[in-house]
Amino acid sequence: MLVYPIYQLGLISFFQYTQAQVSGGEPTTFKGFGNYSELFSDSQFWQVLLATVLFAAACVVSTLAVGCALAVLLTRVRAVPRLVLMLAALGAWATPAVTGSTVWLLLFDPDFGPVNRILGLGDHSWTYGRLSAFFLVLLEVVWCSFPFVMVTVYAGIRAVPSEVLEAAALDGASQWRIWRSVLTPMLRPILTVVTIQSVIWDFKVFTQIYVMTNGGGIAGQNLVLNVYAYQQAFASSKYSLGSAIGVVMLLMLLAVTLVYLRLLRRQGEEL
Amino acid sequence: MSLLRGLVRRPWRLAAEASALLIAVVVAFPLYWMVLSAFKPAGEIESSEPRPWTLAPSLDSFRRVFGQQEFGRYFVNSLVVAGSVVIVSALIAFLAATAVTRFRFRFRTTLLIMFLVAQMVPVEALTIPLFFTMRGLGLLNTLGSLILPQIAFSLPFAIWMLRGFVKAVPDALEEAAYIDGASRTRFLWQILFPLVFPGLVATSVFSFISAWNDFLFAKSFIISDTSQSTLPMALLVFYKPDDPDWGGVMAASTVMTIPVLVFFVLVQRRLVSGLGGAVKD
Repeated sequence: MLVYPIYQLGLISFFQYTQAQVSGGEPTTFKGFGNYSELFSDSQFWQVLLATVLFAAACVVSTLAVGCALAVLLTRVRAVPRLVLMLAALGAWATPAVTGSTVWLLLFDPDFGPVNRILGLGDHSWTYGRLSAFFLVLLEVVWCSFPFVMVTVYAGIRAVPSEVLEAAALDGASQWRIWRSVLTPMLRPILTVVTIQSVIWDFKVFTQIYVMTNGGGIAGQNLVLNVYAYQQAFASSKYSLGSAIGVVMLLMLLAVTLVYLRLLRRQGEEL
Repeated sequence: MSLLRGLVRRPWRLAAEASALLIAVVVAFPLYWMVLSAFKPAGEIESSEPRPWTLAPSLDSFRRVFGQQEFGRYFVNSLVVAGSVVIVSALIAFLAATAVTRFRFRFRTTLLIMFLVAQMVPVEALTIPLFFTMRGLGLLNTLGSLILPQIAFSLPFAIWMLRGFVKAVPDALEEAAYIDGASRTRFLWQILFPLVFPGLVATSVFSFISAWNDFLFAKSFIISDTSQSTLPMALLVFYKPDDPDWGGVMAASTVMTIPVLVFFVLVQRRLVSGLGGAVKD
């Protein structure tokens, strides 16, 4: 169920596969790397690739920063504020991507949204400009993905035995020093896991872009690779081209995976 | 931890607590706005003076949602998909996690790495070949086309997470059970299963959410038979980019979010400890 589609994905990406072949009107012909060369000579592909990498990077950095900061904050407060913040975060986490996207659209709606009203922006449209549309999607992505980071890092901090911290304090280490030299190294495995997971998730953002920018924005200005592949395959019926994009994404994520496994190995973790 | 907290002087703690509450409000605001808009009468949502309260709550939007679009049907469809995915993948993941933790066999490490790699595969890219597979199996436009891939995609993460829980059960317990005359099956279901149950709950949350929220498979595999649609698709019926029916969208969103929220609040405690445990090992 998992290996076979991957195999097929690779296979399709080497063939000429459009609507005619799907309906059986024409035989499937082998194209070799034809789809890939078509893809790599397409300037829109490179533009989308660049946008995807930058967008994913921005999402990962913001998500991690917010998540870790709030995890630290959680350790500094008493039970009631902690529970309140935890519940709010779980609510954001539990919100389905489709509903989250539509709610954020309504919040930033030029006519009826409260945000423009509060900021005094009049009827400024957030989805019109390229950057502001990406920014809006970024906000939604961070909103729904920081809780995972926050909860995991918080659980990690709590799991650090208090004797270690006491020993450090007895040895005269300052707060800052404890954070930098004791907690951060102990939390490194957890930080690695959440970073890699965030990279994977944010690189693959689909629903948010699809819903919030209505399938890629005006003239495709907000396309990311995932949506681009989907559009090529299902909207333009260029299944093989879509598959080729999928393979490129897969390879990029595999590279990330290898780095991740390397890191695990170096920490001497047994699988 | 208490020591760390003690080191922070009081005014700092108050400031931290105030900001925690403030952030909680900001984080919860979209959800609040969603529920609020669902209850606002039509004229009030589309007013240029949005107010954070409503004086005349109405159920009109909910009525529109439940009335027009076979919504009950979609709801049941979503429940069927999410329910079967959770149950089947929890069972398989339990057995598989036990197998890779308790037994040493050839290619065990290879298998584990494959589970990890499988998590990294962009699901969206696989939609294309899956579409043809589903067509070949004659499953297009059926709920089966949603259940099968969801199970496949939720398993790697579930097995990976459950492994930590199975590992935490000491080997001595297994030996003691055998000495007392328990069979393998009996140990598996009457001793190991209850012990690993909290972990199963935590992993089920993930499979439930991904199955419940799935938008991609539903959009791609349920092409013509709308009676097999699920909730995310129903939601988009109300959202037309040019003239969205905000009240309808928000009411449908509320209905869709509530089951997940309930599920989350129920397992909240176990989830936090479950995640901590899984990541540590």
